[in-house]
Amino acid sequence: MTLRDLIDRLLGRQQASGPTAKHRLQLVLAHDRSDLNPELLQRMRKEILEVVSKYVELDLEGGDVSLETEERTTALVANLPIRRVKDTALQTLASGES
Amino acid sequence: MLRPRPRRCNFPTPIPSAVPADVPVSVTASAPRTILICSGKGGVGKTTLTANLGIALASQGVRTAVLDADFGLRNLDLLLGLENRIVFTAQEVLAGSCRLEQAMVKHKQEPNLALLPAGNPRMLEWLKPEDMQKIVELIKPHFDVVLIDAPAGIEDGFKNAAAAASEAIVVTTPEVSAVRDADRVIGLLNVRNIEPIQLVLNRVRPKMMVNQEMLGVSDVTDILALPLLGLVLEDEQVIVSTNRGEPLTLNGGKSPAAVAYRNIARRLQGETIPLPDPTQLNRGLRAKVRQLLQTKIF
Repeated sequence: MTLRDLIDRLLGRQQASGPTAKHRLQLVLAHDRSDLNPELLQRMRKEILEVVSKYVELDLEGGDVSLETEERTTALVANLPIRRVKDTALQTLASGES
Repeated sequence: MLRPRPRRCNFPTPIPSAVPADVPVSVTASAPRTILICSGKGGVGKTTLTANLGIALASQGVRTAVLDADFGLRNLDLLLGLENRIVFTAQEVLAGSCRLEQAMVKHKQEPNLALLPAGNPRMLEWLKPEDMQKIVELIKPHFDVVLIDAPAGIEDGFKNAAAAASEAIVVTTPEVSAVRDADRVIGLLNVRNIEPIQLVLNRVRPKMMVNQEMLGVSDVTDILALPLLGLVLEDEQVIVSTNRGEPLTLNGGKSPAAVAYRNIARRLQGETIPLPDPTQLNRGLRAKVRQLLQTKIF
């Protein structure tokens, strides 16, 4: 946050539009470059969460699966905070080993 | 976070040839360069750049041809003040109904510059990418640089224009729509292995940039991941010069945009000329206050 942002916030003014432009561009380009539509991304996000949830208990509030783009390459970035590993997952592993 | 990946578009080599970097080469000593000038979005300054860059290169001793690849809505002739001297187009050259020298219109004040329109809107048959390649092959032996002014859009007209180019300059303005369209175009150029691709940021308004009411220079270069070839400030003189059909770079014009275009021409030939920081142009009290306001506090 810059000094100007603070003053804007204190005065209840709208923040400068430049950073908003950059943020919106980055998002739209991530989708343009990957050719993934939001609906497809949403479905993929749901399925990824389902698979991961089989093994670990996730903190769904803090998690996010999104597209990021840098240097003209797009990556699917999943940030999934783990609460704990599920007992059932450990059990399957143990039974598999014995 | 993403790890930075190797850039696909490397910094411009002035002349794409096998000559070692330490050997001084003049542009005339190597194969002619064919440079596509494109943007995706219309109205960002492709044709203005082509006209001014053409004049600037020619005045610097580079034999330059400008090819208007937009035959549906051609305007390069108007910007160069040559609209009354066009008799033939590339189409007639290809059809064999005139010689190349008859179709190439030489600029009066800058004899190193010649214009060739690709065609006219009343053409019976639209040109194909192979036609464009043929035209450029015909022009190449007589020039050091061929600038191809692409039409707006990414459809057939753009594909035709790109077919004959070996490198590209992408023009954009610091606006979301222009940058988004530029990104699409860069993707298409990458697929065609056209490189180097360099960026010209046009119509920059320093005051708005300082106030963060406009995308910054580094915002645009970071997002598009291209090296910056030039930065042109918004300049009312551009409209005046268009009215007259005399590009700003003609006759040693001194307006800010003229200087910027001339610097682009020099950088294109491999000279190192530092790029100005538009946010540092006015070093008065106001600028200092603005800078203070941009200090990160947390």
